[in-house]
Amino acid sequence: MALATGCRARPGKSRDNKTGSWRVFKPAFDHEKCSKCGMCRTLCPEGCIHEDAEGFFDPDYAYCKGCGICATECPKKAIAMIQEEK
Amino acid sequence: MMEITEGSHAVAEAVRLCRPQVVSAYPITPQTHIVEALADFVANGTLDAEYITVENELSALSACVGASATGSRTYSATTSQGLMLMAEVVFNAAGMRLPIIMSIANRAMGAPLSIWNDMQDSISLRDAGWLQFYAEDNQEATDLHFLAYKVAEDPTVQLPAFVCFDGFILSHTYEPVDVLSQEQVDSYLPKFAPAERLDAKDPISFGMYATPDYYLEFRYEMDQAQKRAKEAIAKYGKEFGAMFGRDYSSLIEGYQLDDAETAIVAMGSICGTVKDAIDEMRADGKKVGLLKIRVFRPFPSEEIAKALAHVKRIAVLDKNISLGAKGGAAAIEVRDAMYGSDTPVKGYVLGLGGRDIRKKDIKEIVALSEKGAGDQFYGLRKELI
Repeated sequence: MALATGCRARPGKSRDNKTGSWRVFKPAFDHEKCSKCGMCRTLCPEGCIHEDAEGFFDPDYAYCKGCGICATECPKKAIAMIQEEK
Repeated sequence: MMEITEGSHAVAEAVRLCRPQVVSAYPITPQTHIVEALADFVANGTLDAEYITVENELSALSACVGASATGSRTYSATTSQGLMLMAEVVFNAAGMRLPIIMSIANRAMGAPLSIWNDMQDSISLRDAGWLQFYAEDNQEATDLHFLAYKVAEDPTVQLPAFVCFDGFILSHTYEPVDVLSQEQVDSYLPKFAPAERLDAKDPISFGMYATPDYYLEFRYEMDQAQKRAKEAIAKYGKEFGAMFGRDYSSLIEGYQLDDAETAIVAMGSICGTVKDAIDEMRADGKKVGLLKIRVFRPFPSEEIAKALAHVKRIAVLDKNISLGAKGGAAAIEVRDAMYGSDTPVKGYVLGLGGRDIRKKDIKEIVALSEKGAGDQFYGLRKELI
């Protein structure tokens, strides 16, 4: 990606910024324990947790910064934070 | 047309002729007469611009940043403490590549409070990315505004610029100035037409966010733009000369330099005094010359090295001091430009806070440099320290 003079950006450019590279801990979602309450999606500050066809929730790892709010707030403790090796 | 006019009024008239669409400034001595005159022009209808009155300098330059991003030709003016209050926005304006032109009526930095002239204010912001022009007299102070807009707005440059002239010494002094007509300026300076601008119908953001993966490259691009500004100054300075008879294509200017043994390097109004001193020293058989730095950013390193290749010694006059370093900014950078040559470069910090510099002082500095003495404050009152 060539630089825009003066760091100018059209709307939607944050999609190009894959914040997943910031992550140290990666949330792993256990669908066996999940009650499909959707708390993780509601509280995700990045807005990167999406509902799948079966009603389960999964993060988009391209943008998930690994903050761990979903894991802390999950009432069923269905999300584990696992250190990622890069 | 030749007029006898105060420096500030000549600058205000030049700014009016550049047709800025937005002016935002906060009055501060010794810049006040410029912005007062511009406010008058807007009030009486001779300048069709939005004059934004603000609560301080930080707001003044912030308003200019927003206005420039919408595609307006934009102007501000300040000095000293006012410039420092703007400092954060000074860096941002350059990083967003907005060609704002700002006059600096150079003044000393407090504390202690001083309203008098030296160049500490603009020199302190030499790393901000703005082009820096320094005027010797009111004619240059006037003309450099036309050149500054033309260079700053060039698509290959896109950087803001300071047009600096010594507070009081130039800003409050009446001199003959050839003031151009509106037709002349219009034929030289076209309308500002940036490729990108803030527009609600076609949204864009300026100066966004750069992670460590990108930031270094943005600074590199700004540095490249500074280097391209040299070519733009050469081109548009020559064009100005062809149209109006005063050629500003060179970033430096020599006076009696071709056969000089001692070269004085200086910036701003002191150059007039130096030239008079040189005339008298030449009459006494001393081969002294002057190299005037008119453009400090981009810094004319190669040009200086070439122009001073033949001299035996170099004395650099600085109306600023990089405290804790080896003298003033010009001396440090001239010494760098001469790196690898055997020519001694000595710096003299002088005239700070409005201390007057006369012909006899220039002669004394030449005598000091001949003895190899330098890299010192000049004119210290020993009884006070």
